[in-house]
Parts: sequence; C-alpha cells; structure tokens
Amino acid sequence: MTQLWDFSGGIHPAEHKEISTARPIRAAGLPERLVLPLQQHIGEPTEALVAVGDRVLKGQKIADVPSGTGVPVHAPTSGVIESIADLPVPHPSGMTDRCLVLKPDGEDRWQSRQPIPDYRSLDRDQVLQVIRDAGIAGMGGAGFPTNIKLRPPRDRKVGTLILNGAECEPYITADDMTMREKADRVVAGLKIMAWILRPERCVIGIEDNKPEAIAALRQAIEGTQTEIAVIPTKYPSGGEKQLIQILTGMEVPSGGIPADIGVMCQNIGTAVAVANAVLDGSPLISRVVTITGDAVRQPGNFEALIGTPIEYLLEQAEVDQSAVSRLVLGGPMMGYTLTTEAVPVVKTTNCVIAATAEELPAPPPEQPCIRCGQCAEACPMELLPQQLFWHAKATEFEKAEHLNLFDCIECGACSYVCPSSIPLVQYYRFAKGEIRIQRAEQIKADRARERFEARQARLEREQQEKELRRKERAQAAAEAQAKKAAEAEKAAESSEAGDERAAKAALVEQALARKKAKAEAARPEEPAQAPAEEAPDIEALEKQLTQARAKLETMQGMLDEAKAQQADNVDKLERAVAKNHDRVQRAEAALSEAKQSQAGQQAESQTTQ
Amino acid sequence: MAFVQQSSPHAHRARPTSRVMMWVMIAALPGLLAQTLFFGWGNLINVVFCIAVAIGSEAALLALRKKPVGFFIRDNTAAVTGLLLGLSLPQFTPWWVSAVAVISAIVVAKQLYGGLGSNPFNPAMVGYALVLVSFPVAMTTNWAEPATLWGGAPGFGDTLAAIASGQQTAVDGWTMATPLDEYKHKIATHTASEVLVHPTFGDGVARGWEWVNAGFLAGGLLLIGLRIISWHIPVGFLAGLAVMSLAFGSNADLYAPLSLHMLAGGTMLGAFFIATDPVSAATSHQGKLIYGAGIGILIYLIRTWGNYPDAVAFSVLLMNFAVPFIDHYTPPRTYGHHKARRGVPGSQG
Repeated sequence: MTQLWDFSGGIHPAEHKEISTARPIRAAGLPERLVLPLQQHIGEPTEALVAVGDRVLKGQKIADVPSGTGVPVHAPTSGVIESIADLPVPHPSGMTDRCLVLKPDGEDRWQSRQPIPDYRSLDRDQVLQVIRDAGIAGMGGAGFPTNIKLRPPRDRKVGTLILNGAECEPYITADDMTMREKADRVVAGLKIMAWILRPERCVIGIEDNKPEAIAALRQAIEGTQTEIAVIPTKYPSGGEKQLIQILTGMEVPSGGIPADIGVMCQNIGTAVAVANAVLDGSPLISRVVTITGDAVRQPGNFEALIGTPIEYLLEQAEVDQSAVSRLVLGGPMMGYTLTTEAVPVVKTTNCVIAATAEELPAPPPEQPCIRCGQCAEACPMELLPQQLFWHAKATEFEKAEHLNLFDCIECGACSYVCPSSIPLVQYYRFAKGEIRIQRAEQIKADRARERFEARQARLEREQQEKELRRKERAQAAAEAQAKKAAEAEKAAESSEAGDERAAKAALVEQALARKKAKAEAARPEEPAQAPAEEAPDIEALEKQLTQARAKLETMQGMLDEAKAQQADNVDKLERAVAKNHDRVQRAEAALSEAKQSQAGQQAESQTTQ
Repeated sequence: MAFVQQSSPHAHRARPTSRVMMWVMIAALPGLLAQTLFFGWGNLINVVFCIAVAIGSEAALLALRKKPVGFFIRDNTAAVTGLLLGLSLPQFTPWWVSAVAVISAIVVAKQLYGGLGSNPFNPAMVGYALVLVSFPVAMTTNWAEPATLWGGAPGFGDTLAAIASGQQTAVDGWTMATPLDEYKHKIATHTASEVLVHPTFGDGVARGWEWVNAGFLAGGLLLIGLRIISWHIPVGFLAGLAVMSLAFGSNADLYAPLSLHMLAGGTMLGAFFIATDPVSAATSHQGKLIYGAGIGILIYLIRTWGNYPDAVAFSVLLMNFAVPFIDHYTPPRTYGHHKARRGVPGSQG
C-alpha cells in the first residue's frame, strides 16, 4: 500500500462523470476540413513547411519551429492544404491565430513510418528527438514540449516519476476512458519515459472514483515495478502540486518546478502519445476528447483528429443546439467559455461541455464579503483568498503579492464555496494581469531610463572631447602665434637698424596725433560726430544681414508649406515674408553703405597720407 | 447562437449568506427556548422586537444610502444582529433601551461603516456596550428571577406590559441579581458556601443559566457540524477563560469557580454566536485561536477585577480592535513556502 498524504483545503463538487463514461471511446471520423493552429504548445510558434495547394500525407510534418522551443505539427490525414489563414483558435479571449486548413482526400494515406520497438538500443537523446519530432507537448492542458520536460537539468535528478491519472475536474473523463481502454499503451508510454529518466520510483495516481481504470491499470502493470496509488476523490487532487503532495508529502517550492524536488508529473494522454511515437512511429495527430453536458444527447469520448472542429464533434454527439447556453472548453472549475464552436481540437483539448442553462446557471449577484473564511478553508495552496480579494479590489497589488498572489493556481475552489458568490478567481486574474503589466512597464521604463542615461553620458563625453580638442587647437594656435611672435621679434631685432627712418616717421606721426588731440580738446562743442562716422560697425551689420536672411528663409519655407497645405495663415505669413524681405534689403543697404563709407575713409586716409 | 461568456469556475455550491444567517438563527433556538422556559417570556419578546427594529433601521439606512433595500435585507444579517441583542439583553429591559441598542448597532456600528462586511466592530456588541454604559440601572436591575414558565414566571401579558411601559426598573419581585453579579459582590465579604445559598444559584451551578448555556452550546456545535463556523474561536474563547480561571481562581472563597464562569452569564452565547461574527473576527485558524483566547482572557479579567459582572461585549470589542494586528501576524504558511509571510509589505515583521 502506497503511503499517502493529504493536501490542505479542497472541495467535493458534483462529479457528473457518469454522463460521458457510459459509452466506449468512439472514432470521430473525418470532418470536411481540419484546422491546424501553428501554435499548440508553449514556446515559439511553428512555421508552415507546406504551401497552399500542396498534397500532404498522413503523419507528414507540415509545420515546425525554425529555432527555439517548440514541437512540429503533422497532417492528421492525407489531403490538400487548402489555405493558411487567421482563424478562431481555442483561447479564453476568443482570438484568431495562424492556422493551416487541410482538406482531407478521404484516402487517409500514411507516409512511411519507422517504429522503434527496441528503443532501449538507442541513445536517450535519440529517443527524445523521436518524441520531439512526433510533435508531443503536454496534453494535460499546458502544452509544454514533452522532450524538454523529459530532460531536466543535470543537477535535477528525477527520483519519482508520477503519471497523473487523478482527473479531478468534474465532467472530464478523457483520461479515465483512455486508462480503461488503452491501459497497455499508457503503461508502455510510462515505461519509455521511465527508461529515459531512470527514476527510483514510478507511480500512477488515480482518484478512487475510477474503479474500472484502476482495475485495467493493475492488470497492465503486472510484472513491472510501477505503483498504483489510489487517492481519495477531492478537487483539485489532480493539480500537479497537490498530486505531488499527496504522493510524496513534499511541496514544490514557490516559483520552482517539480524537478527541483526530484519529481516529475506526466499526463495520461502524453504517455499514450509517447508510446505511439516510439513504438509505432506515429506522430501526435489525434487525441481523446470528452464531449459532455446536458445539451448533447449522445455524450461520450471521441478519438478525434487534431484540427477537428468542435462543431463537428458536437454534431457527432447529437447536440441540441437550442439547449446550449454555455460552451465550456475544459472542466467546469478551470475551463473557459467559447465564443464559437468553430474552434478546432488542439493537442491540449480534453473536454467540451455543452451545458444547458439549468446545468450551469449564471451565479447570483455578488454580495459583500463577510470574511467568513470558507475560501481559506477550501484553498489547496493555503492562501488567504479573502485578503487577496480585498487587495485586488482596492488595487493594492503590493499587498496582494505579499500574500503570495502568484502562488494561486486559479483552481476556483474559493469561488465555488463563496456564500457571497464573489467571482474571486476573476479578481486574482485581474490583479495578476495588472501586476504583469506594471512589471513590463517597469522594465520598459528602466530600459528607457538606461537609454536616456547612456545618451546623456555620451553627449557629455562628446562635449568633453570637443572641449579637449578645442583646447588642444587653442594651445596649438597659441604656440604657433608665440612662435610667430618670436620670429617677428627676431626679424625686428635683425632689421632694427635699417628701420630708423620708419621709427622717426612714427615719432612724427605720434607728435601729429598729440597735436590733433590737443586741437580737438580745444573745441569741445563738436565732439562725437567723428567717431560715429569713423566706426560703422561692419561686423554687426553683417551679422544682422545674415540673421535677417536666415529669418526670411525660414519664413519662406513656412509660407511654402502653408501654401502646399492651403492653411488659412497664408496671408499672415506672406506679410511676414514681405516684412522680412524689407528687413534684409535694409540690412543690405546699410551694409553696403557702411562698406562704401569705410572704403571712402580708407581712400581719404590714404590720400591724406 | 451566442453562448454565455463567463470566467471560471462555472460550478458553484449554493449556500448563500442568507442561508448561513438562517442557520445561525435556527441554531440559537435551543438557547432561546431555555431562556423562555427558565426565565419567562422576556427574551422572546425582546428577540421579536429587536429583529423588527433591526430590519426597520437597516431598511431605512439602506434607502438613505441609495442601496437596493430588498437585496440586502434578504441576506438576514440585520435579523441576526437583532436576534443576538434580544438574546443578550435583560428580560425586562424597557423597550426604548432595546431600541437604542439595536439602532446604534445597525446604524452606527454597521451602516455608517459601509454596511455588511465593512464594520470593524461587532454591531450587536457595540449596541450592547452602549446601553450598558448609558443606562446602567436599566441594564442591571432587569434580569428576571429564575422562574420556569410552569412555576411562577410572570405571564406573557404582564411581561409585555412591563417592557412596553418603559419604566427603568421592572416589578421588584420579578427580578433578581445574576449569579455572576451576586458572586462577585458577596465573595469579598462571605465564604463560597455562604454566597451559594442565594436562590439565583439553585441546586446546580446557576439556576436556569446552566440550561441556557447548554442550549447555546448545543446550537454552537450544530453550527460547527454544518461548517458554518470553525471550532477555532469558541475553543480559543473557552480555553482562554478556563485557563485563566484555573490559574487564578482555584480558590472559590476568593473568586468565582470555573463552573460558574462557563455556565452562568453569556459565556456560551458569546463563544459560539457573538465572537464568531466573521466580519469583525480574525481570519486565519491561528488568528482565530488567538482572537478567541484573547476574548476569554479579557472576560475573566473584567469579571474578576473589573467593574462588570459579565464582560462578553467589552471583551469582544477590545479584541475587534486587535483583529487587523492579529491578521497581519498570523497568515498561514502558503504551499511551497518555508514560512509564513508575516507583517505588512515593507515592514521587518
């Protein structure tokens, strides 16, 4: 008997599993079109390897990830690629995404396959490559590439490999029926994964509400060392963290992965897919989907090709269109509502509930929280849902994070028991989303600040360099001047004797100047006229002229632009241009006058000399 | 066809607040029955009157606050506040004292703080404490003599008339000091055996009161069985009171014995019905134990060394003050974490 632990909280919602376990798994058949989203896993989206109009064979790789994390997509049957378009995909937002549309030719012709019954003779990495090439991503819901998960970091040795057959969500029976009907395949897949990981312990966890599956698996594991752990039915025992706690008594550290404590969980459907890939050479091109709810007359499980529109499966289950009030993809606790039944089955699609209004009625209006604490009693993560709710509602995200908001697994147990029917999980999603946005914005702001600071630093550096260069130039100039001066002095010294005449002339001139100054001082009545005329500031005038010209140019530019745009300020601008034009002319006139007068003066002074 | 768009979970269990409150009222019936059988019609009349005033004042305030009146009245929380006051007040409390208690409970303690879910203090106990301080005569002299319905209790008409008359004190022969009051005031000058001859004690622990407390205990266990309340607050409450009583009051000639603390006065009503008001109580299991124990300890302190013979109201209100503090320091350890994150963000706690 396997030792079991309990997890905190949990609830016992009505199971409704009997609706879909009455019939064996049925083959869904070939729909008219298959819609294959290019992204069905966590990681980079794939890129199409085929073009519109191409003929493809069943199992042919039709899209793959060029680089980075991801797994390929395969043609679920033979046919023609009809189009590549944005179509609705299964997503809570009801968004569209790039999809390949395949029109089956009805021949269902396989491409050649390479079964590897003696996979043990291969390298583990080669088998992992086979799993990757088969397009296998976790089929429990997350869709994480299985080959990557099966190769944890070297320092994280997996001691316990858990196959998650708990299937704790109400309504869903896909794993239950798979275990009942394909127990051998499940165990074969588990064996392959165990061979890759070499764990000390291999255990299949199943809730005690699935006696048929337990019996089938007991038979299938005979002769192996695999344990079957029958666990008490309590939602969410199938949550990865909860199942690990039940089976090992250990907790996955917050923010960590199970491999951190030497544990790995794999899904039942994934195990079957791995077995098919390795033993048959068949890629992941179909999966078991539960079609259930009171609005279908023939509920049950279907082996559906990936890409089969949900609409088609609902028809197979004889849906009563008028009775459907809510279409839930996944279970009633964590699934999301669909806006359209046109979305296809993807690798992670496990259940569709076509519920009537009586079955899943709209919740009563939200009442105030009375802090009753039922939510905390139900929380499997031992959080304080009501405090998280208060903080989320008050947008006090820091406090919500302090109370471990991000450890919430959104299982919905708190909302389920809330006597005030508060949509608690929605508040947490809101808070998480806001915090993620804030973080992203913070990162963006940090980057912008870094960029700004880098720019400032660069400008400063350039300024300094410029300054340095300027100084160097100045120094060089000063040196050159000093040199020149020294040369001049030398020259002067050498020619002093021959210049006596010039010196005399200078003395005469000085004397004349003194005399003139005296004469001027003697008649102070008419003073400043001479200097004003003497110094028409040509430089200032030149400056004025260039300024005026520049202004005119900009004005002209503005005017042209305004004219081009037929703006209503054209008149104004025209006047301004005219004014500036005048200004330029005046400045030119003033300059030429000044130049002339200077020239005149020079001429005069020359003549006087 | 347009499908309903809703965020998960899509399934809900229907036990709305209104039904939770209805169960609280049902669970109080054994206690109310014992009160009526052993002390006459007073409590029943008070309960009916208080519930009526509570619903009336709640409706009026909701209308003033422009809230949907019917939606909030139907949650039955105002009725529970009225019920708790009716069960706690002395049997012959004049009608206007009851009315003041109820109105201040609903209007001041509940609606002015923002209505259901927003009140930091237990509304019923705010009302009770207010009238206890404001009208000490009416609140101490109107406790009915323990007299069974079939053995000498005043009739329904007489009781109703006494309450409706509005007199501060009822007919002398109908009332009697409560066992806790009697013991507290006599024990200073008498021995335990001398005190216990008073008819208020009867042959058991406290005549009538022991049945009333047994009734509320039974109702409280029902609520725990239905998982409407958790066991933490009542257990903390009773354990706190018991530990204090055993530690300090083992000498019955000095202090009231444990049996009296447990079975006389409002102990069981307080432990299972009043302290467990979720809105004003601590939230985590550990916090609830501390909160309950704090009330039990305070009750013992006030009963023994304070001015009041019973002390549920003051103890509950004092611990209401401490709730935010307790909540900050008693969060549970979340899955995957080494220890609980105590204190408030940014603090060293």
